[in-house]
Formats: sequence, structure tokens, C-alpha cells
Amino acid sequence: MSDFVSGFWSVYVALVTGVSILGCGVFLWMQSKVKQVPAGAEPELKDHVWDEDLQEYNNPLPRWWMWLFYITIVFALGYLAVYPGLGSYKGSFGWTSAREYEDEMQKANAQYAPIFEQFARQDLKSVAADPKARQMGERLFVTYCAQCHGSDARGAKGFPNLADSDWLYGGEPEQIKQSILEGRNGVMPPGLLAGEEAKDAAHYVRSLSGLAADSIRVARGKEKFAASCSACHGPDGKGMQAVGAPNLTDQTWLYGSSETTILEGIAKGRNNQMPAHKEFLGEAKAHLLAAYVYGLSADAARTDKK
Amino acid sequence: MQTEATYNYKVVRQFAIMTVVWGIVGMLVGVVIAAQLVWPELNLTSWLSYGRLRPLHTNAVIFAFGGSALFATSYYVVQRTSHVRLFSDGLAAFTFWGWQAVIVAAAVTLPLGMTSGKEYAELEWPIDILITLVWVSYAVVFFGTIATRKASHIYVANWFYGGFILAVALLHLVNSCEIPVSLFKSYSCYAGVQDAMIQWWYGHNAVGFFLTAGFLGMMYYFVPKQAGRPVYSYRLSVVHFWALIFTYMWAGPHHLHYTALPDWAQSIGMMFSLILLAPSWGGMINGIMTLSGAWHKLRDDPILKFLITSLSFYGMSTFEGPMMSIKTVNALSHYTDWTVGHVHSGALGWVAMISIGSIYYLIPRLFGRKEMYSVRLINVHFWVSTIGVVLYIAAMWIAGVMQGLMWRATNADGTLTYAFVESVKATYPFWSIRLLGGLLFLSGMLIMAWNTWKTVAGQKAYDAPVLAPAAGQHA
Repeated sequence: MSDFVSGFWSVYVALVTGVSILGCGVFLWMQSKVKQVPAGAEPELKDHVWDEDLQEYNNPLPRWWMWLFYITIVFALGYLAVYPGLGSYKGSFGWTSAREYEDEMQKANAQYAPIFEQFARQDLKSVAADPKARQMGERLFVTYCAQCHGSDARGAKGFPNLADSDWLYGGEPEQIKQSILEGRNGVMPPGLLAGEEAKDAAHYVRSLSGLAADSIRVARGKEKFAASCSACHGPDGKGMQAVGAPNLTDQTWLYGSSETTILEGIAKGRNNQMPAHKEFLGEAKAHLLAAYVYGLSADAARTDKK
Repeated sequence: MQTEATYNYKVVRQFAIMTVVWGIVGMLVGVVIAAQLVWPELNLTSWLSYGRLRPLHTNAVIFAFGGSALFATSYYVVQRTSHVRLFSDGLAAFTFWGWQAVIVAAAVTLPLGMTSGKEYAELEWPIDILITLVWVSYAVVFFGTIATRKASHIYVANWFYGGFILAVALLHLVNSCEIPVSLFKSYSCYAGVQDAMIQWWYGHNAVGFFLTAGFLGMMYYFVPKQAGRPVYSYRLSVVHFWALIFTYMWAGPHHLHYTALPDWAQSIGMMFSLILLAPSWGGMINGIMTLSGAWHKLRDDPILKFLITSLSFYGMSTFEGPMMSIKTVNALSHYTDWTVGHVHSGALGWVAMISIGSIYYLIPRLFGRKEMYSVRLINVHFWVSTIGVVLYIAAMWIAGVMQGLMWRATNADGTLTYAFVESVKATYPFWSIRLLGGLLFLSGMLIMAWNTWKTVAGQKAYDAPVLAPAAGQHA
């Protein structure tokens, strides 16, 4: 695809560029004809005087400096003969940055793809058990996932902890891979409850995980919860992984467990997105990542049991 | 000789004093953000966070400190080498108060988060309009003085000042073209890669004209004056002046290597950046060679030390610049602290040091004294700031090359060897050294402020009489 809206601009750019570079050389040549002063002789002193004592010698241009100038001009002309630069002229090497990128990617794929393929063919659980695969998974994780989930995968406010055994969308290896490839979009609708009703529900939710709550509000909130929240979070508040509705009875809080934070969630809703990585990472890398993340939480589950 | 007419030193005095004041303010903000990189907890509130203070730092040092130094010296030089008082006292006063208003407006709006988002052109549209008014007045005063000059030829320093004033007007008008949506918010007239290209055409020429051509004007007056020697080569000044202002205009695309900017534009930017090496060095050669035959003066004249050291840093950073514009080098250096080091070898080593030397020359003369209160303290200032610059740029070079190498390192399986955060962690020691270098440079400015205070306090303002040009040289 051409960068120019018409052939005219290509010629215009090429001409102005070429003439400008050549012009530097011609200008230098025209100005360089002052003869060298013989060694030891006093250089010519121009006869103008400013501000009492400001004067100028007229020493000739230093030769080494002139050569430096000429060399850069010649190099520029040579470069523009072989690389793109003069309008839409492609240069004799036919180089483009896009092609350089494609070539490098192709070379890298040829070199590295077999290493990834070897794991992509294996079942996720056995990949998770392979020390070499875990090492690769860790490198991929700190490159692509750590920005949100943290280098240790323990997340932050709004970004789930991946190193525990609690899962919004399910912790089976295939479900994790699905999350990476297709992304997830967790939505809690805003304003289902408001005012005192919202407050009652918030107290009830806190009571579910054993946090301090007002018992009168808890009793009232239980009804509100059943009417407005249980469709997603379940009648017992244990959540629903099919839609990513969190379990409200455990100690894991994506945004925080304070009354204010819960009320904020009820009033404004929540809209959380894990971007899809299928196009960006490809199947093989996602496979390794899913195994790595699964391995982290499997470790956590074993520790929990102890 | 006319006895009654004097040069307008008042506006020069005002700008010279404000150079010292804004130098301290701008470098203090620089030290604060350098400290924030070492201790992120220092981002106390959103107003004082790194993202808002960084543009305040760049605006304060470039436009407040550098700008005041350029106004002060150009007004001084153009009067004295034209042998005539400034063209308009009223307009000159307006440029002083108008420019100070721009700086204060920047210091208020940037921490409040009001920004057009263009690097080195962050100020919002009402301030842009004020800048335009001040700049047009500046041009009228400067070129009006040239037009009414009593000397037949225009001194070389004035070519550079004139080129700087015209080019900055053009850059500001084109790049700050914006569509206001409210009093404090506007959007650029351009979009996408065109916007990026215009921004870096501006950005690079802000370096080329504001930070180079203007300060070369300073060099061409204060170096021969302080050395007491004629300029080395008139011929060289002609060639490097025209070559410099012509080629700088083309070099902007090297800021956009390996981006959506078309390949042809990247190539042209790189080629003209390489061609720029010789024209840039022309200024350094002419400055340093002016001293040839008087090298002994460097031993006991700290002002000359500042001027000549600044030229060495100028030569170094104008070699480094073309080198970094080579795509292969840029692939390593871009987005790293190497760029920051390069900028500061130019900004501290060249721009600040030549300004400091020139202001030390000016201040006693503007207050009727022969020299500064303490020449020894100028010497102390020189060594403190030189050590500061060297620590700063050496730390940033090492940090930059290290970051570039860490980012591109891969394992045998093709995965990256280092996560980004590992390169951040590895940079901490160098950020600490940089902070120390910056602190030293700032301390130097405080020494200068004290020396200035002792020179000026109790002293009457002095306005020198206008000198007649040398015999036979009337216009």
C-alpha cells in the first residue's frame, strides 16, 4: 500500500529530499574555497568590530570537519539508494520494517514452535507436573499476566488471586485455559437494591462469611438477598461459576469486604474484564500458561489440606 | 560618544535574576521526581505525583530557566552589538511580565492535571495564546533593534538568536494548533501518525532551536568576550549556521523509529540526523578554537571554565544524538534511561552550563560591579555542577544500556529472560546515583543564588551608556 495519496507527492518528497541533501554538499563546496593559511601565519582578521572588541578571524573550514560533513552526505545518498526514503521508491534492498518483523517472527516460530508444540500435545495436568514446562510457564506469566495479577499471581483489588484454590469461573485446567483464550466478562448489574434495603443485604452478605454484622439487618437482608441476589449468587450465597458470580460465604473478596465496598458494588454494579488472549498468544502459549496457573492453585490446595 | 542614551538593562536584569530563581525551582522539581523514582511513596497526592510533576520539571527548566536566560542574554547582546537601545521598552517589559505569567500559569495548571498531552507543549490553549503574544512582541523588540542598529553588519550571535526566535514561533503555532472544548481542555488539530509526526517535528526542533540555536547565540557573544579573543572563523560560522538551521528541521522522525510512521519518513529523519553531526560540531569548534592561544586563561577564570566545559558537553551530546538516531542503535536505546541521560548531557552540560557562565558574566555588569562577589564560589559552583552532570549521565548510560539489553534478552525456548519489573529493580542503584548527581547540580544553583544575592544587595542598578560603533562602521 502506498503512503501517498497521489503519485505527485511521492515525486515531490523524493525531489525535495534529494535536492536538500545534495544542496548541503554544494553549499559546503562553495564555501570551502578559502585557501589554507600557511603554518605559522596569522589568519585573516575581518575588519568589523562590535561592542568595543568583538572581532572575527576568517580561518578556513577545518579540513577534517569538511570531510566529516561530506562523508555524512555521501552516506545519506547511498543509504537512500538502497533503503526506502525517496518517496515511494523502495530502495534496491527492498527492505521494509513490516517484512523485517515478519521474517524475524517466522524465524522465531521455526526455532521455538517445536518446544511449545511438544507440551501443547500433552494433557494439561501432566504439563503442570513437568518442571521444564512450569519454568517456561512462569516466564510467560511474568511477561504477559503479571501486570494485573502480580508477579506472584496473588492479584490485587479487582484482579483475582490465581495462587489460591478459589475460582470465579472454575479451577479445572480446561476452564482456566478457556479464561485465557476467550477472556471473561463479569458483570454485576447496578442498583438492584437501594437505600436501607441495600444496607440490610450488605449486612446479610457480611454475616455469610462470619464478619461482624447487625443481627436485625441480617434478618431483614436475608429476604432481600433471596429476592434480588440469589439468582446469580445462589440461594445459599455460594455463587455460580457458570456466570462468574462469586461465592459470598468464603474469605475471598475481589473488591473488599467492608460495608462501604459491598454497598458500592450493589449501587454501581461491577464490570470486570479479562481480555481474550487467543489472537495475541496463540493456543500453545495459552496451554503452558493454563498449566502453570493450574499448578499454582494445585500447590495451594495441597497446602490447604495440610 | 552619546552620553545621555543608555542601553535598556532593566529588562536584562529582570530576566537574569529570574534565570537563577527558575533554575532553582525547575531543578528542585527535577530532584523531587528523581527521588520519587527511588522512593515511590513520595507520590503524596495526585497534584504532586510523578506524572504531573515531570512536565512541570521540563517546562520549568526549558522555558522558565532556559527561556529567561535566552531573553536576558539576547536583549543584552542585541543592544550592545547593534549599538542602540532596545527597540521598545514597553514591549520588552511586556515580554518579561507576560513570560513570567506563562510560567506561573504552567506551575498552577500542570499539577492540577490540565494538559494537552503533547510533550514539551503541554500547556492548554489559553496559555498558548499568551505565549504567542509574548513571542510576537519578543520578535518585534529583537528585530526592531536589529533594524535600527548603528553597526553596519549584524553580529553572528544575532543570526542565531534571530533564527531561534523565528523557528520557535513557527513550531509553536503549528504544533499547538488545537480545538478548545472548554476553558482548560482542547484537542489537537491533527490525528494519528500525522499528529505524532508534527509533535516530534516540534519536539526535536524545540531542542534544535530553543536549546541549541539560541544558546549558540549566547556562546558567540560570551565566549569571545570572556576569552578576549576574536571568533575563530567567520567562514565556519556562516556554513554551520545555515547547515544547522536547515538540517534540524528534517530530523524529527528519528523520535518515531519502528512505529506506524512510514519507513521512508523514518529513513529521511535518520539521514538528516547523521548529516546534522558536522553542522553541530561547527559551533563547538568555533567556540573552543576561539580560545586557542589563550588556554592559560582557563586556569583561573571559572566563567571561562563553565563556557568551555559547556561546549565539550555540546560536542558530546551532538555526537551521541546522531548515533542514537541510527535505527539499530535506537532499537536498543529507545524508551530506556539512555535517552534521559542524553537529554541531560545536553540540558545540564550544555544549556545550563553556558547559561550559568553567561549570567555570571552579566550580573556584575548590570549592577555596576567589576565581578561577582566571590570568584572562588563560581569555581566551587563549577566543580559541584560538573561532578553532578557526570554522575547523572554516567548513571543513565549504564542504566539505559542495561535496560535495553534486559528487555531483549531471551531464553533458549524464546521466552523473555527478564520480566519488565526485573529491569526496574535492577535500575534502582542508578536512579539513586542520578538523584545524587541532580542534588549536586541543584546545590550549585543555590551557591549561585547566594553569590548573586551578595553581588546585588545594596547595589544600585546600572545602565551602561550606548556606545558609538567603531570608526567607519556606521550603518
